[in-house]
Amino acid sequence: MKHLVDLKDIGEQGIQELLHLTDRFAEVCQRPIPKVPALRGRTVAMVFFEDSTRTRMSFDLAAKRLSADVLDFPTHASSLSKGETLRDTVETIGALGVDALVIRHGVGGLPSEIAHEVGEYISVINAGDGLNAHPTQGLLDAYTLCQHFNGSAGPEASLAGVHIGIIGDVRHSRVARSDVDVYTKLGATVTVVAPQSLQPSDVDKWPVEVAENLDEVLPKFDVVGLLRIQTERMDDSSALPVTDYVERYGITEARATTLKDDVVITHPGPVNRGIEIADSVLDGRPNVLVSKQVMNGVALRMAVLFRLLGSGIEIE
Amino acid sequence: MADRERRMTPPYGGVFVARTTVMDAAQVQRALTRIGHEIIERNQGLEDVVLVALQTGGVEVSQLIARILFEIEGVDVPLGTLDVALYRDDIGLRPVMPEAETDIQTDLGGKIVVLVDDVLFTGRTIRAALDALTDFGRPRAVQLAVVIDRGHRELPIRPDFVGKNLPTRRDEVVDVNAEGVLLGEMRK
Repeated sequence: MKHLVDLKDIGEQGIQELLHLTDRFAEVCQRPIPKVPALRGRTVAMVFFEDSTRTRMSFDLAAKRLSADVLDFPTHASSLSKGETLRDTVETIGALGVDALVIRHGVGGLPSEIAHEVGEYISVINAGDGLNAHPTQGLLDAYTLCQHFNGSAGPEASLAGVHIGIIGDVRHSRVARSDVDVYTKLGATVTVVAPQSLQPSDVDKWPVEVAENLDEVLPKFDVVGLLRIQTERMDDSSALPVTDYVERYGITEARATTLKDDVVITHPGPVNRGIEIADSVLDGRPNVLVSKQVMNGVALRMAVLFRLLGSGIEIE
Repeated sequence: MADRERRMTPPYGGVFVARTTVMDAAQVQRALTRIGHEIIERNQGLEDVVLVALQTGGVEVSQLIARILFEIEGVDVPLGTLDVALYRDDIGLRPVMPEAETDIQTDLGGKIVVLVDDVLFTGRTIRAALDALTDFGRPRAVQLAVVIDRGHRELPIRPDFVGKNLPTRRDEVVDVNAEGVLLGEMRK
């Protein structure tokens, strides 16, 4: 496969290989000059139909540290607003000689459709599609946990024996979907914690345990994976007043006392301080890996870009 | 043997079949001892000398040389490893993966770097290594030590310290391991 659209398409071994490759690029990022010439002459186009700061900057930096050229496709000011179809736009980008398309779009499944259309000559990398998937975030979260527990991913990355709670707005979270994919493939036990209204309708088909009452399960977790409350994706029916949310699902100072001492806290960012987690917990506890996630995101995306554009070896 | 070389040598992959033993373990040890003395002589001691081994074939050799240097001078020279995959000039032409660890803890600025590899062949790996080194600082000098120089250079690169010059055919394969040096070929 020359695309990265959904972690569902990749087996355990393919994931382990990507995580191990990330070890190499994490080392590159530590060098006095953290840049390698591996993708000189390759061009990566960034096509973001939804707002993004971290993911976009992270992909941008990853491509530049591999010496690839980066083209920014301004989706607001483009001919798309002149009525050009997305398909024609993508064909145009392809005709410019672009080697990879990093795409984020509000419609789930769109990157996969584009991969089918232009996939013969362009690699498509999904940077988040609707509620469907955010594969690089899932991979970097898994990498960050492997690094925390084992120092590095190593050739046979595993999260066996680790109990991970994914807490919050699971229904509207593509990050949760990709996290569940990668965590369970690496052998972790995953519990999804959300009020009924923020659980996905098909959650009974997920390979996870489901809980509504956070206080019952919180002390069992080795990892607390927080999700951002996504007000922009909520309609009124699923919305929960913020004060209710904090009371039932926020990692408040009081609730933090019930956590395991060495519990690990992750959050894909941006954090709504005081909602998903209290300031004092976020800033005061050890093993809050939020900035590690950001750091590792660059190395992970370098691994993905190099694997797809440089290695000459497809992902299985 | 260097996996790298195995994959560079057509036919790609296959099984290495040895034809002759070029050097036995004792001969390799004597050659490396001589190289150790030469490194010390050339650099008038070991001040600022750092050994950087090319992954994967140079790693064991560099450890042997480091032990010899310690026996002669009583100095522990810093050791590093370098995987040059991301600097290769054939990315896109054949499968390339950075499969081994790069570990250079020393700032190479102002140092004398002795690159160590098992076999010198086309010189393209060394070209890539020279590029990679500059990302770790600006060494005062870079020198090259290899167990075997088998010829067929494609770039203007020469070794400073050589265990043995070994005339080969292009399609032959040289295997350096703990038991010595073997000459043979890859068979499907």
